[in-house]
Amino acid sequence: MNIASLINAFPGAVAQGLIWGIMAIGVWITFRVLDIADMTVDGTMCTGGAVCIMMMLSGHNVWVSMLAAICAGMIAGLVTGFFHTVLGIPAILAGILTQLGLWSINLKIMGKANQAINVDKYDLLVSLRFIKGVAVYKNTIFVVAVAIVILIALLYWFFGTELGCSIRATGCNPNMSRAQGINTDRNKVLGLMISNGFVGLAGSLIGQYQGFADINMGRGAIVIGLAAVIIGEAIFGRIFQNFALKTLSIVFGAIIYYIVFQFVIWLGVDTDLLKMFSAIVVAIFLGIPTLKSRYFAKPVKRGGRADA
Amino acid sequence: MLEIKNVYKTFNAGTINEKVALRGISLTLEDGDFVTVIGGNGAGKSTMLNAVAGVWPIDEGQIIIDGVDVTKLPEYKRAGYLGRVFQDPMNGTAAAMEIQENLALAQRRGKARGLRIGITAREREEYRERLAELGLGLETRMTSKVGLLSGGQRQALTLLMATLKKPKLLLLDEHTAALDPKTASKVLEMTDYIVNRDKLTTLMITHNMRDAIVHGNRLIMMMEGKIILDIKGEEKKNLSVEDLLQKFEQVSGEEFASDKAILG
Repeated sequence: MNIASLINAFPGAVAQGLIWGIMAIGVWITFRVLDIADMTVDGTMCTGGAVCIMMMLSGHNVWVSMLAAICAGMIAGLVTGFFHTVLGIPAILAGILTQLGLWSINLKIMGKANQAINVDKYDLLVSLRFIKGVAVYKNTIFVVAVAIVILIALLYWFFGTELGCSIRATGCNPNMSRAQGINTDRNKVLGLMISNGFVGLAGSLIGQYQGFADINMGRGAIVIGLAAVIIGEAIFGRIFQNFALKTLSIVFGAIIYYIVFQFVIWLGVDTDLLKMFSAIVVAIFLGIPTLKSRYFAKPVKRGGRADA
Repeated sequence: MLEIKNVYKTFNAGTINEKVALRGISLTLEDGDFVTVIGGNGAGKSTMLNAVAGVWPIDEGQIIIDGVDVTKLPEYKRAGYLGRVFQDPMNGTAAAMEIQENLALAQRRGKARGLRIGITAREREEYRERLAELGLGLETRMTSKVGLLSGGQRQALTLLMATLKKPKLLLLDEHTAALDPKTASKVLEMTDYIVNRDKLTTLMITHNMRDAIVHGNRLIMMMEGKIILDIKGEEKKNLSVEDLLQKFEQVSGEEFASDKAILG
């Protein structure tokens, strides 16, 4: 164990954390704004990567390929939304069904379980080779950070519009929303599409970054996304109240997750166990509110603050 | 203004939990009618209101609001005609959103929601004035999350949201039942004021006979999914609780069982 290798791994961890931050924003939109745990994302992550890599391999421009990845993600969200709202399947199950279907679709997109892309032959936007020794504007950390600023600005604008407000209301209180003339079913579908669009984009970036798309690249993505949401909210929740800052805290959560991840690897922990640790950490944090109210409940004071 | 024609609704049909909630109910409201609805638990009062609001499809019959047959319209489309306040103060508002954002949602009821800004500066001024009319000091807390408000404040806000854009029909489903007596009478006072000022056609369910007598120009009593009493005009004005109990015994052939219905 030497410190130098840890420090060396640090920029890579930040870059990965940033990319996964985009994915985590997608998870946050469904989980916190819409109040749906969307399992589709495990499949969408790979779909985004597969579509982007295959499009580039067949000669398309990186921007066109990434746009296609976003669209593919949104279609996946649309399918889950259809299962949930039109067919009335519970949201979790609807997501699992889409995710399973995507496994086959992803294999068909790639033709096999793994497709590599050569960073020297193709004009990639991000890569693990663009971390050190490249111009600042080409540096992956810089590129993804700029992308995140733009995405958060877009979200901030969108969730302030009439439509965006009605999506927030749908997640907060669907009965009230319908009473106020809001088509909650359509809004859920829209939210799922936006969320999966983010995840598709993240998948396309991860694919480029690691230089390949792989059928397993999305496995457990929902847990990593939730971990980022939870870490971000736990650390920055009290100081970041504004919508844009809240979204930013999710990205910070993802970065912290990957830094801790690198640190744990550096400690020499068996990497086979890492997914289990992630699952346990997320389970504990998701359980804290319930445990608190059940075992550490304080008597409610009259005129006290209700949970917002 | 509102026509309910021979409406039937059965829940969990064909199962052990089958419950016939509405048995061919018919009711016509004139423009500006303020109708109070009383009846015991399970009489079908809320079911009738939910049938009008379109919470679920009805089994049979027709519902017409202001000449438009809305029987087949989904809940969110009917909302354009309606203003609704629910029994549970938590139900009528979005807790995680600001007071002004909730009002802006209500302002756009029945309109297409696009990519215009969700709340304009001019609206804010209007909301400030309307909130000030409530006399609860909410006009100084427009950016507070609704979740921070008390039950009474939330109910008052929901009432304002329901009437912000004049609805064809105001549906009040025991909207003061969950409040303490003092707050409840304040919210009822507000209701009376707004209904009279805007001449709103209103259906108000209440558990309290006195409230049902004091408010509105017409009173209906329900039992087992049917309307068993319909009192209006002069008769309604001179009605007392004793009269009402006597009438109930005549119609139903039994004594009014619930003290709660009298005392609230």
